[in-house]
Amino acid sequence: MPQLVKMVVQRLALGLLTLFVVSVIIFLGVELLPGDLTEAILGQSATPETVAAFRRELGLDLPPHTRYLEWLGNILQGDLGRSLANGREISELISWRLYNTLFLAAIAAVIAVPLALVLGVMAALHRNSLFDRVINITTLTSISFPEFFVAYILILFLSVNAGWFPSISNVGSEMPFWDRVFRCILPALTLTLVVVAHMMRMTRAAIINLLASPYIEMANLKGLTRTRIIVRHALPNALAPIINVIVINLAYLVVGVVVVEVVFVYPGMGQLLVDSVSKRDIPVVQSTSMFFAGAFVLLNLLADMLAIVTNPRLLHPK
Amino acid sequence: MKTVLKLFMEAPWSGRFGLLVIAIYIMLAVFAPVLTPFGESEIVADAFEPWGGAYLLGTDNLGRDMFTRLIYGGRNTIGIAFLTTMLAFLVGGVLGFVAAAMGGWIDQLLGRLVDVMMAIPTLIFALLILTITGTSIPVLIVVIALLDSTRVFRLARAVAMNIVVMDYVEAARLRGEGLWWIIWREVLPNAMPPLVAEFGLRFCFVFLFISALSFLGLGIQPPTADWGSMVRDNATLITYGDVTPLLPAGAIALLTVAVNFVVDFFLHKTSGLRDEH
Amino acid sequence: MNTKGDIILSMRGLRIEGQADEQWQEIVHGIDLDLHRGEVMGLIGESGAGKSTIGLAAMGYARPGCRITAGEINFDGIDLRTSSEDELRDLRGVRISYVAQSAAASFNPAHRLIDQFSETPVQHGVKSKFEAEEDARVLFRRLKLPFPDTIGNRYPHQVSGGQLQRAMTAMAMSCRPDLIIFDEPTTALDVTTQIEVLAAIKDVVKEFNTAAIYVTHDLAVVAQMADRIMVLRHGNMIEEGNARDMLANPKDPYTRDLLAVRTFAKDDLDLIPHETPLLKVENVTASYTGGVKVLHDVSIQIPRGRTVAVVGESGSGKSTLARAITGLLPPESGRVMYEGEPLPVALEQRGREQLRRMQMIYQMPDTALNPRQRIREIIGRPLSFYLDLHGAKKEARIRELLEMIEMNPDEYIDRLPGELSGGQKQRICIARALAAEPDLIICDEVTSALDQLVAEEILKLLQRLQDEVNVSYLFITHDLATVRAIADDIVVMLQGRVVEQGPKDEVLTPPHHEYTDLLLSSVPEMDPDWLDRLLAERQLAKT
Repeated sequence: MPQLVKMVVQRLALGLLTLFVVSVIIFLGVELLPGDLTEAILGQSATPETVAAFRRELGLDLPPHTRYLEWLGNILQGDLGRSLANGREISELISWRLYNTLFLAAIAAVIAVPLALVLGVMAALHRNSLFDRVINITTLTSISFPEFFVAYILILFLSVNAGWFPSISNVGSEMPFWDRVFRCILPALTLTLVVVAHMMRMTRAAIINLLASPYIEMANLKGLTRTRIIVRHALPNALAPIINVIVINLAYLVVGVVVVEVVFVYPGMGQLLVDSVSKRDIPVVQSTSMFFAGAFVLLNLLADMLAIVTNPRLLHPK
Repeated sequence: MKTVLKLFMEAPWSGRFGLLVIAIYIMLAVFAPVLTPFGESEIVADAFEPWGGAYLLGTDNLGRDMFTRLIYGGRNTIGIAFLTTMLAFLVGGVLGFVAAAMGGWIDQLLGRLVDVMMAIPTLIFALLILTITGTSIPVLIVVIALLDSTRVFRLARAVAMNIVVMDYVEAARLRGEGLWWIIWREVLPNAMPPLVAEFGLRFCFVFLFISALSFLGLGIQPPTADWGSMVRDNATLITYGDVTPLLPAGAIALLTVAVNFVVDFFLHKTSGLRDEH
Repeated sequence: MNTKGDIILSMRGLRIEGQADEQWQEIVHGIDLDLHRGEVMGLIGESGAGKSTIGLAAMGYARPGCRITAGEINFDGIDLRTSSEDELRDLRGVRISYVAQSAAASFNPAHRLIDQFSETPVQHGVKSKFEAEEDARVLFRRLKLPFPDTIGNRYPHQVSGGQLQRAMTAMAMSCRPDLIIFDEPTTALDVTTQIEVLAAIKDVVKEFNTAAIYVTHDLAVVAQMADRIMVLRHGNMIEEGNARDMLANPKDPYTRDLLAVRTFAKDDLDLIPHETPLLKVENVTASYTGGVKVLHDVSIQIPRGRTVAVVGESGSGKSTLARAITGLLPPESGRVMYEGEPLPVALEQRGREQLRRMQMIYQMPDTALNPRQRIREIIGRPLSFYLDLHGAKKEARIRELLEMIEMNPDEYIDRLPGELSGGQKQRICIARALAAEPDLIICDEVTSALDQLVAEEILKLLQRLQDEVNVSYLFITHDLATVRAIADDIVVMLQGRVVEQGPKDEVLTPPHHEYTDLLLSSVPEMDPDWLDRLLAERQLAKT
């Protein structure tokens, strides 16, 4: 199957190229945009000497491409530089927050993906039924809600009024697993509610599209049972669109954590990014942005790769 | 006006609800100075006064009238979101049509550029840029509009592509018509329904996006009232079981729900059975 | 006719409704139908006649957006309308099966052909998997599929269209049903491929004495396949009877019209010697991006006031030739000469006057007219663009053009294309082309999307206009009947090359090129014995 391999390799190369370009943008974005960095950070009253010293410290006196290569080289070796705000190693700042963010996203995904798929497929199979309409209105409503609205409603009902869950998800590094899960419930639930609506609508659309294919009608006219039609004829072809839906929403989830982390004061990457942006701590912003963009690019890459390898036309070339 | 009324009459209940809500919001935004008892950033009392009395919805963390801020916040947030969406459509729409109509290297170049821009999540990209440029309202509008125009570009190009391959466009090209005529007379009229629907959806996205930025403290800056930062400023009240911070958040949700309902109805109306965006 | 058995399928007062704009409208108005065991019934009619819908109703099935509202459907003593879904499921695939128009879309892309074949008998418990696969190979051989022992291991996209259609017939046969519904099984195929599929279907239906309903819009095809024919129009039965009798002696005027369609022919023109041809294509070679060559060294010429028909099957490059001439696809080498002067190769380099003199009409009138422009604007644009006509002069000319295409200006000038029928839209396209006062009109399959009777009217109109304004036509088509009707000269194309060209009489009378011969002989004729005779002749020629 040389064509398949060729396409996979092509897509992989494109993914890497995208990552490279993204890194250039994140690096150069800081360079090219108006406003002098040192002045912004040190304030207008800074003496020329301090400015010069500061520039030297950041390596700003070197030409951009040298600094870019150095920056990239360091990143690839795991050296992300130091925070401007507190002088700490960024890799140290990030590592445990990265774990927290992935942990939260994973919990949300574990709840959201199966729920969305089941509801989406059911809505598609019972198209235009009362169930489908209710689902349509509910999901339409919930994708219209800002994440912080959902979050505060959950806090109001489940934390303040009912007192079941903590409203602040201040997890510690030594915390036992289930304790950690418990504290993550509300942020995870918020993410789930937002993502499920999206994912469900996309699943429903994909399945409805598929069920309209002539080969599904043919399967009907061959007198096959409903279960057989769905398992044998619809599912193998639904794989690609469904995988696509899942991965796109995972990518959405990873970025969606930013707001939710801030609401619940959850010590993750999103919180760090927002803090650093307000402090204009540029090296940290660059590193965290690179992480989010990288996760996003890789997940999209994964979606495309899976779509390629599940396509029967490519699996069994002429 | 007549067409709006006609639209209203044939809409299902969700569509009517949406149209009604949008109309009310527009009225409130337009007549904000008349409707409000105090000035936008006027400090009138102590912080966190309860509801009732002179302060219909109490006061906020700095002692400004909540009701007044709510109305002005709507005016500001909606206005900025609307301007941003317009700009995004202007840039993305025009470039998308040009790419589809011209094809070739222009299409390739714009397509690749948009691919790369879209490879970075919008929120992250916006935060990155705003870190450097700082947040002022014009910068906010331009940055978000440019980022969002990538989505508009994709859609406009895809819609226009489907139209450009039609024989009537080929007929126009064979006749010797110029690019402008083809875009303006052949493509645009046929691209309107999906673009109008997309305008609603993009408006919702931009609106939510600006609110989220403001909520994070990185969007519209004080003392300008806006719903996102109002949620943030008064969030502590929630822990005392006070629903006041949910009001601006709910106001955001209500408007986006309304727009989405209208778009949903519009899509059904214009494309018969078209199911999802 | 061989004797046929008792009645296997009977419909009484069948009424079906379809949904349009959220409204239910009746599309089949009370059809009665009786089919005997082993008998083939042809359902024939133009689009919107309800023939496919009736065919599917014979399986107790209505497509989404359709519903059976009244009448009886009785299959071998079972009332399909009152049967439960389970009962229907036991019949479908086993006793009644279905062959769809597009085999490529109706086979599941994810499974091998043989697995899809054996699914029906295995799932219904008729055969074991092993027996079913054995049987598949037998049927594949019987249907003359190449490599019958291994072709089943392929996936649908690995097999050609004609072969897929035969594989689908085999699949329909897998449980040896009493009745098969063939729903336009050869419509999407080229004529030379169609023959093989028709022959295979006819043979296997006869072999197993299967009753069949054969749905088609092509009378000549149905003449080969059916014992009896039912003519339908707008959901009503027009005429029903023995195939031979009906073909020899149609009773209803509509049936007579359908049969008479192919009688239109233009008078032969005298040769006009040695005049510079209007358009000359010299040694044109062209390829699409990616380097696939689609035209190899093609040369043709179009004299003034004559009709040159370019005929070929899909992939012959005939439409590409049109694109090369118009400059949409600039040729790699070769020239296009207009009245002895070379035309710039690319569209963008041509002047307005050069563009004006060459106009085009398309296959699908639906997509050739901007749905958001009114007729006045559509026809008026070339008038102001090329001829600088404005105001009252332009309006008068638009009206005159509408008169020329036999449409009442007062009624139609303010309409949108969506408010016209297919034939009317094609007339508007013709008017738009004429408005430029061209010397040459390129007609790309202009009649193939239209119903037979409408197509006939369009051909007559084109001919009349040619006589009136002395315009030349380059007529691109796959349909030899159209060629016979309208051409003065014929160019036969195969795989991007011209295999034969010349005046109509020369090309159509033997001896001709081998491929022309194949093409000509493959066009179905009304004579019910045509297919059998042709196959016998070809068999003879081989031995």
